[in-house]
Amino acid sequence: MKLKKTFLTVLTLAFTLSLTACGTKDTATTDSNTSGTDKPALSGSILASGSTALQPLVDQVGKKFMDKNSGVSIQVQGGGSGTGLTQVSGGQVQIGNSDVFASEKIKDEAAAKALVDHQVAVVAIAAVTNPEVGVKSLTKQQLVDIFTGKITNWKEVQGKDVKIAIINRPSSSGTRATFEKFALGTKTEDLKGSIQEDSSGTVKKLVTETPGAIGYLALSYIDDKVTALQYDGVDANVDNVISGKYPVWAYEHMYTKGEPDASTKAFLDYFMTDEVQNGDITELGYIPFSKMQVKRDVEGNVTK
Amino acid sequence: MKPKTADKVATGIIVFFALFIVAILLGMLGYIMVRGLSHIDWHFLTSPPQTIKEGGGIGPQLFNSLYLLVLTMIITIPLGLGAGIYMAEYAKPNRLTDTIRLVVEVLSSFPSIVVGLFGLLVIVNVFGLGFSLMSGAMVLTIFNMPLMVRVTEQAFRSVSREQKEAGLAMGLSKWKIITSILFPVALPIIVTGTILAAGRVFGEAAALLFTAGMTTPRIHFDDWNPLHAASPLNPFRPAETLAVHIWKVNSEGIAPDALEIAAGASAVLVIMVLIFNLLARWLGRALYRKFTSIK
Amino acid sequence: MSAKPDQPYLLRKHKTEEWIGRGYTTICVMFLIVIIISIVYFVASKGITTFTKDGVSVSEFLFGTRWSPDDNHFGAFPFIYGSFLTSLLAAAIASPLSICAALFMTEIVPTWGKKLLQPVIELLAGIPSVVYGFIGLSILVPVLRDTFPGQGIGVAAGAIVLSIMILPTITSIATDALSSLPRNLKEASYGLGSTRWQTIKGVVLPTVMPSILTGVVLGMARAFGEALAVQMVIGNAPHVPSSLFESASTLTSVITLNMSNTVMGTAQNNALWSMALILLLMTFVFIFVVRLLERRHRL
Repeated sequence: MKLKKTFLTVLTLAFTLSLTACGTKDTATTDSNTSGTDKPALSGSILASGSTALQPLVDQVGKKFMDKNSGVSIQVQGGGSGTGLTQVSGGQVQIGNSDVFASEKIKDEAAAKALVDHQVAVVAIAAVTNPEVGVKSLTKQQLVDIFTGKITNWKEVQGKDVKIAIINRPSSSGTRATFEKFALGTKTEDLKGSIQEDSSGTVKKLVTETPGAIGYLALSYIDDKVTALQYDGVDANVDNVISGKYPVWAYEHMYTKGEPDASTKAFLDYFMTDEVQNGDITELGYIPFSKMQVKRDVEGNVTK
Repeated sequence: MKPKTADKVATGIIVFFALFIVAILLGMLGYIMVRGLSHIDWHFLTSPPQTIKEGGGIGPQLFNSLYLLVLTMIITIPLGLGAGIYMAEYAKPNRLTDTIRLVVEVLSSFPSIVVGLFGLLVIVNVFGLGFSLMSGAMVLTIFNMPLMVRVTEQAFRSVSREQKEAGLAMGLSKWKIITSILFPVALPIIVTGTILAAGRVFGEAAALLFTAGMTTPRIHFDDWNPLHAASPLNPFRPAETLAVHIWKVNSEGIAPDALEIAAGASAVLVIMVLIFNLLARWLGRALYRKFTSIK
Repeated sequence: MSAKPDQPYLLRKHKTEEWIGRGYTTICVMFLIVIIISIVYFVASKGITTFTKDGVSVSEFLFGTRWSPDDNHFGAFPFIYGSFLTSLLAAAIASPLSICAALFMTEIVPTWGKKLLQPVIELLAGIPSVVYGFIGLSILVPVLRDTFPGQGIGVAAGAIVLSIMILPTITSIATDALSSLPRNLKEASYGLGSTRWQTIKGVVLPTVMPSILTGVVLGMARAFGEALAVQMVIGNAPHVPSSLFESASTLTSVITLNMSNTVMGTAQNNALWSMALILLLMTFVFIFVVRLLERRHRL
């Protein structure tokens, strides 16, 4: 009981904070809140697995959801986007979390079609360099030349005379797919001698330590230890992503096989409430889906 | 004169390298302890990890590691003992026995990642256990069983022939001899071996990435009903162990103190391994003394 | 138990006890066999699909150098090469060190050498591989980066981390072999006026060489299968490295990096299973070599 009370207090606190953060939408928030309590009690257990990038968010939102609906139990497991899609297709889990569109991972068309996409958040990726290289901005063509090995020294792009060290991601990585598709516009071959790490923490560590290093990270990982590059002169920040000026971003997906059952649907709907979109999602460094002023389809076509 | 110089030089080199190894170990331990110990306090050992804020702990991970160890041992010990006793007492020296011995050898040298993948394919997906403590325990059983079998077999073989014959003379059945005469004598060696094998469970990460998962759901440490989803004892919940946590914090952690957490968790892990080593020796010796004094 | 033995009852009791004991232990052994058969079966059946379903030829997989799953190129040679290179290098670094340690414990200072080194070796064996990776990334990589060309990460870093990990394996086997050496063998040599080094070089080492080799092979087997520690420090570029300080991949590092990102049943995922199959087969090869060495030793 006591625990619940403290939790409620914390919740209210977070709630008020998010309200002050965006004071315009208070009516909508209260609305979704009351409708949540009016619904008949939900029950059942939901299992979600997949993307490690999305996992902390689903975990945190899941905990909140369970507090509101005591009949529902939600378990969130990691395992990677591929595992999530495998397991949701195989029916072992109700929700498969993925950093990429399922059709990019699953070659079997029928299997990919059976999955229903629920986009909940946006992650933006920026090219980052070791602070010592002395470059603040790169054009798309310069990035392509660096990642295809045509440019090998920072002085060729008005930086210091340091050799470029590429810290890439493995070819199966969703982050790499996003970066190649929207920053480079082309698939790249793995260069000889380039380093590949799957995890953002390791990439950041190596970019920080290795002289002349370049890599790419989600915005939430970027701090003053690395330099986030402007892309074609556009700053990589949340506002530019929302307005559609900065193009290197991707949706975070939660897939269900067919239409979800009542409690899974309620859970997914809960993600779209302002409470989550402006609260947890922002707090954990993602960009709220609801705020996006542009939309993008599987092929990458952007519409306002 | 020359052979003497050569002797001195060679001795010098050997001593140098031997001390070099000691230095490597001390250096590594020192590094971990210096980096990690300062971070370890009661709060660190008991509180849950934080995703983005500072001050996260390793409480659930530490518990998971220990609980996984218990689960693994519950499965491993009866199976390993049985198979070991078979090898020591029932197996006839023939082709079949040789094959089984080969099986034990092969099982113990499979790369952990391959066994982990097998677990992902069969236990997690086909059996439908999901990423859970149970899946993890079953995979670790595959590692530990060969060790248990070997230890048990050796322990039983080391029992003197006279003791066995005395049992036969008393008109006891073979199984009775095994359980009531041989087993107590073999116990000290078995206990030592088991604890040493258990230490391996503690450090394993590669296989657990694919089976026990990399997440810890919120668990309530006041709910000890194993059937509840949020209970720490529920064997069907995903569980990130300490070793996996180090791997994850090191690679994915965005908390500002991720490095200190990794160092602190490494220190805890190494200390646990140390404790296991000492415990194995101490318990083995204590049991040995107890049983020899009875005789 | 009753004072007066009732023959048929006791016999029956014996039989049940026997039956239970034999049945229980046999089931345990059967379990072992079932496990190994299912591991081999499942890994092999997944691993083979690369060749049967995705149409990759075995020779392309084994000897092709182009790994580019997006364009359907599944040449796994860089990884196979990387695995062999790192484990051979690791064995080459660890073997002399281990032999010195074993000699130190048995020949140089048998009195206190063992007391000093034995716990050290056991602790080295007990340190979890993630901790080795963590230390490698935090200490070794920066040192290599500052002293050698390249980015610190690479084959050399992987081999050094592995060599420390397999040191205990080789050392303990070498020590066992050395301490089981018959005393008179050495005494005969000393009797002829040989120095200690002459005895070690001329008599001791040649006699125990097969056992030491067994240890080296077992160490290599461990290095071959080690995953996390190597993956953290080797760099993972899917290319055959042209220098020791260049980023490369091993079979295990590629599997850990990509397995969770790919969907089961896709060609890339199947290729990863084929690599797991290679790891599995190599285990058998290593054990075969060990058995061969042991047989020669016995003769």
